Amino acid sequence: MADAAAPVLAIKGLTVGLPRGADRPHAIEDISLRVDPGEIVCVVGESGSGKSVTAQAVMGLLPRELPATAGQILLEGEDVLAATPARLRDLRGTRMAMIFQEPMTALNPVMRVGDQIGEVLEIHTDLSEADRRQRVLAIMRAVHLPEPERLIDVYPHQISGGQRQRIMIAAALVLDPALLIADEPTTALDVTTQAQILKLIRELQERRGTGVMFITHDFGVVAEIAHRVVVMQSGRVVETGTREDILRRPQCDYTRMLIASVPGLVPPPRTPKTGPVALETVKLCKTYGTRGLLLRGRVVRAARDVDIVVRRGETVGIVGESGSGKTTVARCVARLVEPTSGAIRIGDVDVARLPESRLRAHRRHVQIVFQDPYRSLNPRRTVGASIVEGPVNFGVPPAQALDRARRLMALVGLSPDSLDRYPHQFSGGQRQRIAIARALAMEPELLIADEPVSALDVSVQAQVLKLLDDVRQRFELAVLFITHDLRVAAQICDRIAVMQRGVVVEQGLAAEIFAAPRHEYTRALFEAAPGRHAEFGRATTAA
Amino acid sequence: MSIEALPAEIAEGPPTRRQAGTVRMLARNPSVVIGATIVAFLAIIGLLAPMLGTIDPAEINPVFRNKMPGAERTIRNEDGTKSTFVHRFGTDSLGRDIYSRVVYGARVSLVIGVTVAALSVAIGLVIGLVAGYVRWLDGIIMRFMDGLMAIPAILLAMGVVSLSRAGLLAVVVAIVIPEIPRVVRLVRAIVLSIREEPYVEAAITVGTPTPTLLVRHVLPNTVAPLIVQGTFICASAILIEAILSFLGIGIPPETPTWGNIMAEGRALFRIYPHNIFYPGVCLAFAVLAINMLGDGLRDTLDPRFAKRV
Repeated sequence: MADAAAPVLAIKGLTVGLPRGADRPHAIEDISLRVDPGEIVCVVGESGSGKSVTAQAVMGLLPRELPATAGQILLEGEDVLAATPARLRDLRGTRMAMIFQEPMTALNPVMRVGDQIGEVLEIHTDLSEADRRQRVLAIMRAVHLPEPERLIDVYPHQISGGQRQRIMIAAALVLDPALLIADEPTTALDVTTQAQILKLIRELQERRGTGVMFITHDFGVVAEIAHRVVVMQSGRVVETGTREDILRRPQCDYTRMLIASVPGLVPPPRTPKTGPVALETVKLCKTYGTRGLLLRGRVVRAARDVDIVVRRGETVGIVGESGSGKTTVARCVARLVEPTSGAIRIGDVDVARLPESRLRAHRRHVQIVFQDPYRSLNPRRTVGASIVEGPVNFGVPPAQALDRARRLMALVGLSPDSLDRYPHQFSGGQRQRIAIARALAMEPELLIADEPVSALDVSVQAQVLKLLDDVRQRFELAVLFITHDLRVAAQICDRIAVMQRGVVVEQGLAAEIFAAPRHEYTRALFEAAPGRHAEFGRATTAA
Repeated sequence: MSIEALPAEIAEGPPTRRQAGTVRMLARNPSVVIGATIVAFLAIIGLLAPMLGTIDPAEINPVFRNKMPGAERTIRNEDGTKSTFVHRFGTDSLGRDIYSRVVYGARVSLVIGVTVAALSVAIGLVIGLVAGYVRWLDGIIMRFMDGLMAIPAILLAMGVVSLSRAGLLAVVVAIVIPEIPRVVRLVRAIVLSIREEPYVEAAITVGTPTPTLLVRHVLPNTVAPLIVQGTFICASAILIEAILSFLGIGIPPETPTWGNIMAEGRALFRIYPHNIFYPGVCLAFAVLAINMLGDGLRDTLDPRFAKRV
């Protein structure tokens, strides 16, 4: 790297306060880090580590409640904290720029994308309108958007998520800023799109010599893109080093724990399960769409001819990107939606066409753990009330149900005495444990886990996965595990089914599919998995 | 392995966080405090009407017609003694004491406001829950509600009152009917968003019957918005009652209501403006206070408006 050059960004001893009554006095405390020209510095940390606050401080976007109380932020030698609002406006866009996690909300939905890129030029330069359009087209070509002449005049909702993120990057880079701050820019994207965006950021940054401060929680992304890594925990920098140093020779315990928590891509050896079949779907189809009286509405075939078998004691993963139909299959099996055609055999009953009145008796056999632990528990009811609700529905005396709930809380690693607390008093991981306890209280045969760890930090994720694997063994559960994350699938699934656009394109033992994917889509998914060459998961969940 | 075989040991406890109580947050909101104080004041006046130096509000005194505020009248009591009564707000064209009528009128106005709010919220809540949850009924119910909303509230109320003998009950029914669609729409919108929440779906998968599901998981989410909507309905009901009385189709004219008093005073407004002034001021204050209360409640109870750190 350009050692001789002055750093693009130097943060020295930055401290940002939190409002009174927060769980700690400072959002970030005594942070020092440096970004050199042409360098990608990854700031890694779990939620609440202060990485986003650091980015906001650099951009001068700190909310009033979070005042910077000490330290300096030097952007090419100029202190951003001391800059006037007018000077800050000048700096943003020209010397520093930022891209965000969610490109749909970061773009103005009622403005053509070309105008949104052009806005930066309009504010900071005195180019004519024709020149501006030329510059916009040039930068759109540079971020590899197809047909820039056509895309320049479309609205954000007309293009895909990956294209929207490219537009964001184009708007950020059009004036060649010295510093680009990327706040989790690929977290909301599918894995194949993520790989393309990461490649683009690296390519542009190399060509233009931009310094990039890349905020992420994903060590796979770090392994893909970082030159140097800054690890943050609870508002402090705990370790700084080159990518190789951090990934291969982490010094700090926290970093070691984080890296060890990242699931590996190689499935551990597992013995094939031969228990009785708990779930079998036969040619399951679900079509969404409006049936108009005269005109045929738009029809989406969310699932087509899906055949999946799950045995007792076995975890079967459905892997796919957004829109692949994996959640539709889960919702059909749980009969939250009615399948259009096909059969769902649970035990020896086909529940696919059962009316709601006859379905109730079968509901207890299938339970579901949802993705978002903040919304899957009723915020107005105590967790105890949530756990005993199901058993009481099926005639278990309340006292007995409560006793069971206490034992289940202990099983999932929570104090039985916290049954009378409300969900907001628990963290995300604890809530997911409660959701698992609620599902287990029904003594189901089949547990559907719909992205159960996607909303959790990596260290918590490992614990919840371990818990799921543990209860699967203990109760000989059949588990249908829906995920977009290949690493998670590799660690927990006996068999996996890969779905693309509603169709299962490949199905088989996890070990075989990971070793030798046959379908080209599966291969593309594996190719795109970030950090696939790095070794992760030295402390994985055992089979 | 069964759950009963599990050990009931104690693991680490979760951390606790505290939230500011709703009551304390309400007490900090100035419009809630001011609105509630005025409403409480009017309610006390209505309740204690006989003890506030009033005389029979329906008593007609042809000798003492159209007196200005502050006029004094000497009353000869049955035991022969004399006492003086001051018409603080004057008298109307039939010689009735306007002060007494305004004080007693608070009763009718507040009773109508509260009854209409409670009834329309209760009826609208049930219809809204059904419309939001039973998909095939939704279209039918909502088109009917759209039809109701298309007719102006006053016109609908006039129609309903004309169907029966005018009285408190008829007026309440007449004001409740046009308010129902507004509540139904609100409740239905909330139900439609809440039914997609994972915790509702989780309740479905543990086999909770639909009526229980609605009461236990969906209904509590409608309480805060309905309290707010209820206050607005209350204010508008008081206003509509006054309008109906003013138009002469509401509560019979001998019953003192703010609208009736104003209707009575309309003919002689230019010479004796106090006939309309006092009930008008009371009406304005009552409606303003209830609206302030509603605004404040919305700001505190509705998380979209509340700014919580």
